[in-house]
Amino acid sequence: MLSTIIPGLTSLARRGLAGWLIILGAALVTLVIVMTAISPWIAPYNPGEINVGQPLMSPNSQYLFGTNDLGQDVYSRVLSGGGIMLQVSILSVIVCLAAGVPLGLFSSYAGGIIDRVFCLVMDSIYAFPGLVLAIAIAAMIGRGVINMSLSIAVVYIPSYFRVIRSQVLSIKEMPYVEAANAVGARSRTILLRYILPNIVPSIVVIATVNFADAILTAAGLTFIGLGVPVSIPDWGYDLTNGRRLLTSGAWWVITFPGLMIIFLALGFTLMGEGLSELLNPRLEQ
Amino acid sequence: MLLVQRRKRKVSQSEIIRVEHLKKYFPVEKSFLERVLARTRSFVKAVDDVDFSVNKGEVFTLAGESGCGKSTTGRLIVRLIPPTSGKVYFNHVDITQMSHEEFRICRRKLQIIFQDPYASLNPRMNIGRAVGHPLEIHGIAKDEEERKRVLEILDRVGLTPPDQFINLYPHQLSGGQRQRAAMARSLILEPEFIVADEPVSMIDVSLRTTIIDLMLELRKELELTYLFITHDLAVAKYISDRIAIMYLGKIVEIGEKQEIFSSPIHPYTQALLSSIPVPNPERKRRAVELKGEVPSAINIPSGCRFHTRCPYAEEKCKRAEPELIAVNPNHSVACQIMER
Amino acid sequence: MTEDCKRTKLLTVDGLTVEYWARRGRIRAVEDASFSLEKGETLGLVGESGSGKSTLGLSLIRLVPYPGRIVKGDLLLEGQNILKLKDEKMRDIRGRRISYVFQDPMTSLNPVRKIKTHFIELIQTHEPKISESAALERAKKLFKDVGIQSERINDYPHQLSGGMRQRVMIALALALNPSVVIADEPTTALDVVVQAKILDLLNTLQETYGMALILITHDLSIVLERSDKIIVMYAGRIVEQAKSIDLYANTQHPYSQGLLRSIPNIELADQKLEAIEGSPPDLLKPPTGCRFWPRCSYAMEECRSKEPPLFETGAEHLARCYLYRGEKEK
Repeated sequence: MLSTIIPGLTSLARRGLAGWLIILGAALVTLVIVMTAISPWIAPYNPGEINVGQPLMSPNSQYLFGTNDLGQDVYSRVLSGGGIMLQVSILSVIVCLAAGVPLGLFSSYAGGIIDRVFCLVMDSIYAFPGLVLAIAIAAMIGRGVINMSLSIAVVYIPSYFRVIRSQVLSIKEMPYVEAANAVGARSRTILLRYILPNIVPSIVVIATVNFADAILTAAGLTFIGLGVPVSIPDWGYDLTNGRRLLTSGAWWVITFPGLMIIFLALGFTLMGEGLSELLNPRLEQ
Repeated sequence: MLLVQRRKRKVSQSEIIRVEHLKKYFPVEKSFLERVLARTRSFVKAVDDVDFSVNKGEVFTLAGESGCGKSTTGRLIVRLIPPTSGKVYFNHVDITQMSHEEFRICRRKLQIIFQDPYASLNPRMNIGRAVGHPLEIHGIAKDEEERKRVLEILDRVGLTPPDQFINLYPHQLSGGQRQRAAMARSLILEPEFIVADEPVSMIDVSLRTTIIDLMLELRKELELTYLFITHDLAVAKYISDRIAIMYLGKIVEIGEKQEIFSSPIHPYTQALLSSIPVPNPERKRRAVELKGEVPSAINIPSGCRFHTRCPYAEEKCKRAEPELIAVNPNHSVACQIMER
Repeated sequence: MTEDCKRTKLLTVDGLTVEYWARRGRIRAVEDASFSLEKGETLGLVGESGSGKSTLGLSLIRLVPYPGRIVKGDLLLEGQNILKLKDEKMRDIRGRRISYVFQDPMTSLNPVRKIKTHFIELIQTHEPKISESAALERAKKLFKDVGIQSERINDYPHQLSGGMRQRVMIALALALNPSVVIADEPTTALDVVVQAKILDLLNTLQETYGMALILITHDLSIVLERSDKIIVMYAGRIVEQAKSIDLYANTQHPYSQGLLRSIPNIELADQKLEAIEGSPPDLLKPPTGCRFWPRCSYAMEECRSKEPPLFETGAEHLARCYLYRGEKEK
């Protein structure tokens, strides 16, 4: 694996700013994933255990990020709290890809009334503010990682649909698709071998942007209490909690998890920006 | 309605394509409100009752300016778009009535080359796969056999050494090379008839001749017939055997190349020919002046559709649409004034 | 060129070099271009893709888009070096003393502004004291000159046809009575009949307004017919420069010869067209020596190693080719 990563990195680095954005973004994301993965071994305290120290202690040498109102070590919670976020965002992106891509492809290639209907449905979903809709759906189907992912996925499928649709519509008219028709290719072949490979760049871009968005929405859901049970360490939950405690001056409970969320979202956004720059080349003379 | 002596159409044995009363009307997209308020639907009459035939082995040119319907006609013939009405006969068989599946087999014999070499190749397929794909689609060959045929055809179109080109992607090729690759893709199915839609307009001037000469060579070697579509009459003169001039969806003049260029009859043809720049600083131009500009294909003028711009237009031109009348066996024109 | 010489010409270009910094490296779109333009003269700038003709045209009004830059050379307008001017002064010159007609009339006009607004804005920017009605009057007169009915001035761009839009562009270019009008492929987007009309119009307007015209095009036929002088460009270099008649009668550079032989002439009976082998070079890695040598049937040893200078082969006839090495160098 290393043998593919190193040359991959060097070729990215040579691509200028875009390449560096991707490297930076990927580094941030990897850092968070690794950190979360090894947290059971490096966390100084059990993140779920209450009263490992005095409640509401400000950051000090023993509790690097301080403790929250339940006496839990914020540092340990920060190290291990990313798990839910990552799971939810990855799952929701998978669902979006599995549902949004085929729908987008099929609808725009078929055209006509089918396309009109799907567009109507998608536009209606899109019209809702993302978080509000996610909350509504989550409230209906309940809590848990899978349900959270589903709620978020539903909110974002229209974005995928739109992006893919606009790409397909323009590619559909290209001479090379006409040529494929002219040599007798069937619709399925055209979709899979002529259209899909040419929209992959856009899919990759929207997926990475979606990651970032999903994280923030997941945080929002947990914030409201529609996420996961309290016992599992989760940044989103810490945000809710920390907000409450801000007024009493305990700034550290919300700040550190908040920063981590920002980092993770930033990592994905940078990757998305870099990929977008790379895969949709600007006009070159 | 005037009773006009129609030219008796001889169905020549060597006819490979025959087009009869071909029409293509595109409905104009209207908003909901416009549709409610308007009483009739409007159409873009891209091709409006076109008749002609192409003989085996010839280069038949459809010439005219943008919007005259020549590209649409080309696409209709290879059934990339369905006609609104009319028939297309390929080797005396009506292909407009064929089912999708039946025509798929016919497709191999009717191919098309497009104008834009930068857009006619799938950017994600290398040349080998792009050119060989038609063979896979029709189950003719794959793997080793496919590769062999691909190398052969690439060599034929001048992309040599072929094994070097087979792994390249379109963006690594120049415009001229891409056009050759597109030709290879069409030729690998061993077609009989090729529609070439402005194949050299987007290629550098100094390279056009190579592509055109290649097409002519291949015609001899592979026994091809071409429908050549262009707005550049100078190129048309170089390559064609017979030529038809189109205006706003109809053929206004048709005949042997020499006839048309030495004695153009229709005022539009005359205007076109006289407007073409000639690379000679000493030439004195005698351009035929045309009034106004090409009308929209949605609101086609009554009677002879050219009357709005014609320097010789008379009253009767506004009333009746002229038919194509044969002035001599090699030359027909659709004009009430000039055909006398 | 002597200092005196520079002062009497309308436009003098001396050693102009334009570079682009692309992702993959540096491209010299125009290298060491030198020529002059006299009052009322029509110059044809001819070349194919990658020749640098459009870049050269844009550099004459300093509108080379980023990441391109003029890196060397002098540009003298009536003796004044306009490359050294500050942006403000340059803006004054654009449109007023040198104007540019862009290639695509479809996208060069603001779709949400009426035509008359285009004119009023243009005229008032350069002549702030002029009133709106006076500007409008002038615009209407221009319309008459370019052959559009004056009522159309109240239309929006989309209401006009392609040919009319191009005439509007020409009218805008003339509005402030410039000494030089540069027309970049003024006819490519138009039909052949309208093309001829527009080109005729440009020539007529030259007689009325007395301006110099630079026609940038890939169509050698157009410039042979209509210009006094022609410059042929290849891969960023000027390869031949001559009066049109001389270029036609006595084509010297192998590229120009090849170009002329590859154009179908509608007036010739049985023409044998010839193509130029190969294709234009990649400007990122141009060939060493003469840029045309890989495609040249006369290529000699020295062509591959050193780029030939411009040789003066006749009265105002220059060719960048070692075939003429006996002649005086420019």
